[in-house]
Amino acid sequence: MPLFDDVRNIIVEQLHVPPEKVNLEAKFIEDLGADSLDTVELIMAFEEKFGLQIPEEEAQKLDTVGKAVTYLEGKAKT
Amino acid sequence: MNRVVITGIGAITPLGNDVKTTWEKIIRGESGIDYIKAFDTEKHTVKIAGEVKGFQPETKFDPKTLKRLDRVVQLSMWAAAEAIADSGIDFDQCDRNQVGVIIGSGIGGLTTWEEEHTKFIHHGPGRVSPFLIPMMIPDMTSGYVAIEWKLKGPNYTITSACASGAHSIGMAFKEIRYGKAQVVVSGGSEAPITPFAVAGFSNMRALSRNTADPKTVSKPFDRDRDGFVIAEGAGIFVMEELEFAKRRGARIYAEVAGFGATGDGFHITAPAPDGEGARRAMAMALDDAGCKPADIDYINAHGTSTDLNDKYEIKAIRDLFGDRAAKIAVNSTKSMIGHTLGAAGGVEGIIAILSIQNSKIHTTRNLVNVDPECAGVDFVLNGTRTQPVNCCLSNSLGFGGHNASICFKKYIP
Repeated sequence: MPLFDDVRNIIVEQLHVPPEKVNLEAKFIEDLGADSLDTVELIMAFEEKFGLQIPEEEAQKLDTVGKAVTYLEGKAKT
Repeated sequence: MNRVVITGIGAITPLGNDVKTTWEKIIRGESGIDYIKAFDTEKHTVKIAGEVKGFQPETKFDPKTLKRLDRVVQLSMWAAAEAIADSGIDFDQCDRNQVGVIIGSGIGGLTTWEEEHTKFIHHGPGRVSPFLIPMMIPDMTSGYVAIEWKLKGPNYTITSACASGAHSIGMAFKEIRYGKAQVVVSGGSEAPITPFAVAGFSNMRALSRNTADPKTVSKPFDRDRDGFVIAEGAGIFVMEELEFAKRRGARIYAEVAGFGATGDGFHITAPAPDGEGARRAMAMALDDAGCKPADIDYINAHGTSTDLNDKYEIKAIRDLFGDRAAKIAVNSTKSMIGHTLGAAGGVEGIIAILSIQNSKIHTTRNLVNVDPECAGVDFVLNGTRTQPVNCCLSNSLGFGGHNASICFKKYIP
């Protein structure tokens, strides 16, 4: 899953968490120690990496690594 | 009224990343000023500054914390860590509601501001970091120290340009003196060596344009001075109510005895003629400390190496002290480290109390030919002088006409 690898790398860099903690079930805030500002920055990093715009209402639903990966995979296919 | 003492000190300066290194080099008369390494100065008229060297904040703080902190806050945290460790205070043994933080900064997170503004220009508003605001606001110099050490007493930042650090020490003194806090971590921090800020300071003709050896350019009170050298750093105190400090067996460096603060009400950058605002600030500090002019044996001057500051500051000393002025030892720490702006009051306050403690007064480096307009005081020339210091002033005078003077005394039980 090359896309997952990219997503994980971004999360590791932004949140300073060990890569093994970044699994599909992990919640950004509860499990990976992010606060509200970190989550905004993460979304911006995803937008930059994958060259897309994530609308605010969509971004708010992406509270786990898995949801972010699924959303970004969906966008990559279209 | 409570008595207020200093029990811990921490510094990071162009001469060293702790108090000991900075002080040892100052006593030797060394200079921390050099060509700017932080950015390419090819298009800048001014190419020199007092930069902190070999700063590795990750050796004290975790990377995720540091990512959210502008350099100005990192410097503040670094020096605060040294001061807190030096004081030996255990905050678990304190009422944290009685432990304040008042650390000044003249400008705040300039590096962050510039980086994010560049993103804004090139990539639009959607790319501006959510951390822009919390990283650039100057009050984070105090805010994050409180977050790191969980301190819950009075917490704010003073911004009064080059007097920010001195005003912060003065306000910390008041908070303790009038019983609003038992302990305050106080001082100043600044990180202004960025392409945009250096251009601004340079274009206002505040900075020296001398192209000689960088270590010779900052020459306060010399007839050939032509502006200050911009610098970065932080100087932090742990200040305590005397009885509280005694109960925990703290080592006491010196007593903060008085604080004077006045306004020029005159001009955005030029000091009031004859330094009348500075004179009133010193007079107020003396009165506040219950001192007479004859008690003062040393003044750590603001001494920026600009034409107007230096001649007016010395005129103010002559006007206030009269015949005593010729017997007062005067120096400028900026001759060696440059002008750390909002950190100056903290860094120079530390030098003042170390002078009290060690009975040593450093020279003003590069002061070769005393400007006749600056004459009339006892400049420390030809190296560090060994002389007892019982009572001294540390002056800080900021753009905007903000004048602050702190009176430090040898601690006598």
